[in-house]
Amino acid sequence: MALTFVMPGALREFSGGRGEVRVGGAAHTAGEALALLWAECPGARDRVMNERGEVRTHINIFIDGENIRHGGGLAAPVGDGAEIIILPAVSGGQAPS
Amino acid sequence: MPVATHVHPKPGDILLLVGTMKGAFILRAGKDRASWDLGGPYFPGSAVYAMAYDARNGRHRIWAGPNSMHWGGLLRSSDDFGKTWTNPEEANVKFPEATGAALKQIWQITPGRADEADTIYCGVEPAAVFTSRDAGETWALNEGLWNHPQREHWQPGGGGLCLHTIMLDPADIDRIRIAVSTAGMYVTEDGGSTWRPSNKGVRAVFLPDQHPEFGQCVHKVVQSKQKPERMFLQNHWGLYRSDDRGETWTDIANGVPSDFGFPIAMHPAQPDTAWIVPLESDEFRCTPEGRLRVYRTRDAGASWQAMTGGLPQEDAYETVLRDGLTVDALDPAGVYFGTRNGKLFASRDEGESWTEILDGLPPVISVKTAIV
Repeated sequence: MALTFVMPGALREFSGGRGEVRVGGAAHTAGEALALLWAECPGARDRVMNERGEVRTHINIFIDGENIRHGGGLAAPVGDGAEIIILPAVSGGQAPS
Repeated sequence: MPVATHVHPKPGDILLLVGTMKGAFILRAGKDRASWDLGGPYFPGSAVYAMAYDARNGRHRIWAGPNSMHWGGLLRSSDDFGKTWTNPEEANVKFPEATGAALKQIWQITPGRADEADTIYCGVEPAAVFTSRDAGETWALNEGLWNHPQREHWQPGGGGLCLHTIMLDPADIDRIRIAVSTAGMYVTEDGGSTWRPSNKGVRAVFLPDQHPEFGQCVHKVVQSKQKPERMFLQNHWGLYRSDDRGETWTDIANGVPSDFGFPIAMHPAQPDTAWIVPLESDEFRCTPEGRLRVYRTRDAGASWQAMTGGLPQEDAYETVLRDGLTVDALDPAGVYFGTRNGKLFASRDEGESWTEILDGLPPVISVKTAIV
């Protein structure tokens, strides 16, 4: 199984500068696919996920164009050859405390 | 993203470490503190609530706790005054999985005492202390405080349930006092294994019982290094002094326009001298009457004098947050503060006169000072 992750600029420090990271291995869900990415780019994990294993509030992950928040979250299905895009959400401006 | 400029400090120079809602800045001046160079912005777009300078063991290390609303927060450090910063692959301050908690904000970075040169403490939201014993390489949650039975009753203040103050007793290595909004102060006398609330005399005006054992909204506490029993406290309504290491507190709101405010800072060598920036009410939270006034006491709070020289006295609706006021270690002491409107002021004469160093910064959250 082959997957392609499209990395945002903020994470390329942890992907060796690559905008696209191709990973291989068994993955049936978004969570399993992300685990393959963490093995390839370990520094990306804690930027995308928090300690509770949740995707950070203002990060969106799209599998073949579908936001996983609306399709099962980390249990969202992943097919062979899928393109997975990680993007910061438009909602992420810093509000004064 | 903006390209950062850098400062080039020499031994004896003064640094200001300024954390804002949109990144960090480093300012440098010579001993005369007459003019300031600006470095930054560092971590543009990230809120930086906490910065610190670690000069122990010959280090020149600046710590910062940038928090990106997108990518989360962690501790980063620079050994070259901001030109390069660490960026560990694995977040260094993170809650153990068993806690079920996730880091929201890093609120305080406190290097340990001189005789524990590799120890650093970090206060975070949700309220917790992390400790490093290897100069910041690895960090561990303080389990004694995290598992305190009163924790379930703590309530977040306007800034969240933040542990914003860590005071290391200068004479007793096992004694540490922390403050949480809104839980009040807790003290350990066994190096952090056990903690007890310590708020006697401090009011909680927002509770039916205004003198509870815990639950006060302490905004900032400071302790004298020369006279460790002397502390000052700025509360969410209330201004206090302690002469017994924080065991009991006495109201010292004498002659101030408001006893509401966030920061309090103490003179490095004179335990009777402190500075505050009173704010008008906990709803408005701006300087009273549109006048930007720092108040100073020289008599341990028996009286306070408005210090206004060089500060705007018309239409100045400013707010100085809990870590936005600091004092350097020179003689006479320099006093510095930043506002939520992005202004940075400095005084070279203990508050008698002020100069606006910068205007137009993002909202200032924290200001720390150090001598290189």
